[in-house]
Amino acid sequence: MDGKRRDAGTQRLGLVSFALICWLSAATPAAEPQVREAELKRVEVIERVAPTVVAVFAKGGAGGGSGVLISKDGFALTNFHVVSGLGPFMKCGLNDGVLYDAVLVGIDPTGDVALIKLLGREDFPVATLGDSDKLEIGDWTYVMGNPFLLATDFQPTVTYGIVSGTHRYQPPAGTWLEYTDCIQVDTSINPGNSGGPLFSSAGELVGINGRGSFEKRGRVNSGAGYAISINQIKFFHDQLKAGRVVDHATLGATVTTDSDGGVVVNGILETSDVFRRGLRSGDELVSFAGRPVRTVNQYKNILGIYPKDWMLPIVFRHEGERREIHARLRGLHAKTELMPGPRPQAKPRQPMPKKDKDGNPEKTPGLPLPPRPDPHAEAGKPAIPEQWKDQFLAKAGFANYRFNQLEQDRVFAPLKGLGDFASAAGSWRLSGQSATGDKFELTLAVKGIGLEIRDSAFFQQLEDTDPADEPTGTGGFLIAAHQLRLLLQTGSKAFTECHYFGSEPLDGRGELVDVIVTTMRAIETRWFFSRASGLPLGLDSRLHEDAEPCLIRFESWTNFNGRRLPATWVVTSGEKEFATLTVAKAEFATKK
Amino acid sequence: MQSAECKVQSIERATWPIPVAVCSQASPAIRSARSRSVMHFALCTLHIALCTALFQSSAQAQSTRDTIAAVQPKVVKIFGAGGIKSLAAHGTGFFVSKEGHIATIWSHVLDADLVTVVLSDGRRFPARVLGAEPQLALAVLKLNGEEGADFPFFNPDEAVSAGTGTRVLGFSNMFNVAAGDEPVSVVHGVIAAKTIIEARRGVFDSPYSGPVFVVDGVTNNSGAAGGVLTTRDGMLLGMIGLELRNAKSNTWMNYAIPVKELSSSIQQIISGKFERKKDPNEDEPSLKPRRYKPLDFGFLMVPDVVERTPAFIDSIQADSAAAKAGLKPDDLVLFINDELIQSCRALQDAIGRLESGDQLRLVVRRGNELVTVEMPVPRKKD
Repeated sequence: MDGKRRDAGTQRLGLVSFALICWLSAATPAAEPQVREAELKRVEVIERVAPTVVAVFAKGGAGGGSGVLISKDGFALTNFHVVSGLGPFMKCGLNDGVLYDAVLVGIDPTGDVALIKLLGREDFPVATLGDSDKLEIGDWTYVMGNPFLLATDFQPTVTYGIVSGTHRYQPPAGTWLEYTDCIQVDTSINPGNSGGPLFSSAGELVGINGRGSFEKRGRVNSGAGYAISINQIKFFHDQLKAGRVVDHATLGATVTTDSDGGVVVNGILETSDVFRRGLRSGDELVSFAGRPVRTVNQYKNILGIYPKDWMLPIVFRHEGERREIHARLRGLHAKTELMPGPRPQAKPRQPMPKKDKDGNPEKTPGLPLPPRPDPHAEAGKPAIPEQWKDQFLAKAGFANYRFNQLEQDRVFAPLKGLGDFASAAGSWRLSGQSATGDKFELTLAVKGIGLEIRDSAFFQQLEDTDPADEPTGTGGFLIAAHQLRLLLQTGSKAFTECHYFGSEPLDGRGELVDVIVTTMRAIETRWFFSRASGLPLGLDSRLHEDAEPCLIRFESWTNFNGRRLPATWVVTSGEKEFATLTVAKAEFATKK
Repeated sequence: MQSAECKVQSIERATWPIPVAVCSQASPAIRSARSRSVMHFALCTLHIALCTALFQSSAQAQSTRDTIAAVQPKVVKIFGAGGIKSLAAHGTGFFVSKEGHIATIWSHVLDADLVTVVLSDGRRFPARVLGAEPQLALAVLKLNGEEGADFPFFNPDEAVSAGTGTRVLGFSNMFNVAAGDEPVSVVHGVIAAKTIIEARRGVFDSPYSGPVFVVDGVTNNSGAAGGVLTTRDGMLLGMIGLELRNAKSNTWMNYAIPVKELSSSIQQIISGKFERKKDPNEDEPSLKPRRYKPLDFGFLMVPDVVERTPAFIDSIQADSAAAKAGLKPDDLVLFINDELIQSCRALQDAIGRLESGDQLRLVVRRGNELVTVEMPVPRKKD
């Protein structure tokens, strides 16, 4: 290399002196230092980020893909189609030449993303997350990974190219592996690059490479590779880290282009939240999640990057009138579709995936080694490293329930500091005044809940009676209040189901909050915990899946004889406020 | 060398061969300076060349982002016929006039009464084919009823040429990735060679033969043909060609047809003065005698659908000379009067050359047998 450079230098020297003679030296040699500088910058970036690039291997080294480390304790991103079929444990190589054990944490089969955790170190090198929405066509990018599994020493292969398109859409195979709002690059992406990082010219992680357009030239780079945007992955990150099998959002309504080019609703589920918020067939979508909607394709592109169950702002025009709503989105898949076991084979909209010898669709859009469709198929099988077996816990609906337990423990920990509610086994009596000046008394007894307010009394029996919308129009405030008592007194064990969901912006517009979901009979409650204080900020409780929920938001916490409770409760349902209750006095009976 | 934005480019108004290996470390501008000096140009020529380089390097301050933003509104997506099997129903084109004339590749996509043109901002227009020059693989479209329009366009007369090593950008609707109201895909590369095309497409020869820019990036994909190849600062170089394989290596080629080769035909089609150059191959058939055809003997050949349709007999007329001589449907004609017959076309030629009073002797393959049949050539009534 040095010898060559010297030769080149000699040539250059000759040229420079020639140009000097010609009196025009200033123009040409000036370019050289800039070229050299650019080259040094590339070398610097590659040296800086290469240690974060992961080579993912299937058991026995029979195939694999790539990944990238995003936390010091070993969490790394890759593609779902890379880990699909590998089972809960895999081997990962870094450019330090060491092969690490890794465990599967969470998967997003729709978005083709998986989170794994490399084990054995707390000081892994970490990639810096960038802002993929800032990428523009023409920007230089690096792709790093293990194409064709060339890196026997785990030194990643580096390719360099430009962004060819932004906010691209690549259709799914069935309803899986859909790339929405993705990044198109001419940087070489080949089989084995799957799951690896797309870095910006500054070395920031902007995407996860996962597929390419291949046609007649075979499965090698044909100038069009696609990366899942890191901004999409940020939305799902906390859900993936919680060991979940996550799902993407759907509106609960179908849209089409009308004759004026507007995007209008042409079908709507009456059980959907958007319907309850007033969206109707024939309404025109104006904006979604803060981005203007211009075409159906573009709307699908925006929708596709959001998680199921998030609440998002939607602006639409109803009979000429502009309305802004916040609606909770439904899931793209039924719960059972996300469970372990054979996937329902929906008809692919685009190129028919080839079938492998078992009749399972090959994931042709992706660049994996032959994947199997069921990520859980090998769960529980042997070959789990003895040292790490506590890192995996199988549970239906989860990729690795162990990581959900860890998150639950983290989120529930501050509740212990609120006081000894466990001993308060009898009736709880909270009294005070509402914002309208009405006195109220809320009684949370073991066998029933009662509320007296404005000369009215409401009662919900807890045994042998179905939970009801009591007081009417509140979405079941009495039941919701009972959920709070259960959580404080007994914790997660009070519920039939309890899991950490991940994070979401509170009410679709507020701060990012931790979300716990509990179920008891048909009652589903979402609990929102402040990331700053660790305290619950409120809950949404609904009597059954399609019911309008009761929303309670807490505004302050007060100490009542050694037990801290929310002092102000804002109770709303269907965007109508029932009452703002301020608790002045709280009494707890210890005996039933 | 694919260095960053600061590298000087050379935009040559004329092209000349450059010894690539020798220059591999020098930047194109230096290379152009040296080449010119080697060619003993006058000092003033050199002065002009390097001043151009100076100008170009200041133009470099314009980033690739700006270049792309300036080029994309001039490139359009074309949707037309196709969509079955491997025939894409999408293509690419570029504005060559502010009134909405679009240059594109002559392909099956245009085989529709009206095609749809989608602009980089998503606006859609119907367009019709104004004229075509199949020998140059060129077609010019016109957006319907947009006379007063003011579209951003490339002036084909201002197309530039560039030498090996020039860094380029390709813009195209490849793979129809940009299916929505979004601009086409952009790829980067370097001109690897300027050469005369030698390629084949399926079983057919390339419709275009002439000089091309060969690019090291993957510019030619399905639907990419008709897109543009520009310099890094957005000067028009070439029109991306149809997907072709190199006839010798069987590898897929990435190339563009220099717009300089197309500009006069584009202008002629736009001005309505275009006269298609005569295809020498098309003149030939008229010189060939067509005195007889198979029906004169009472048999019909299978439809002549490809370049070399095997000469199978399709049907025999009852009571005809062919029927009496014992020809059968599905017989494959191998020889006519000892002349090897390789296709339906060759058979038409051979029968066309027969003269009144000749004997027609056919050797046909029937199953695994070779059968010889003979019949007299009938006297032709005038």
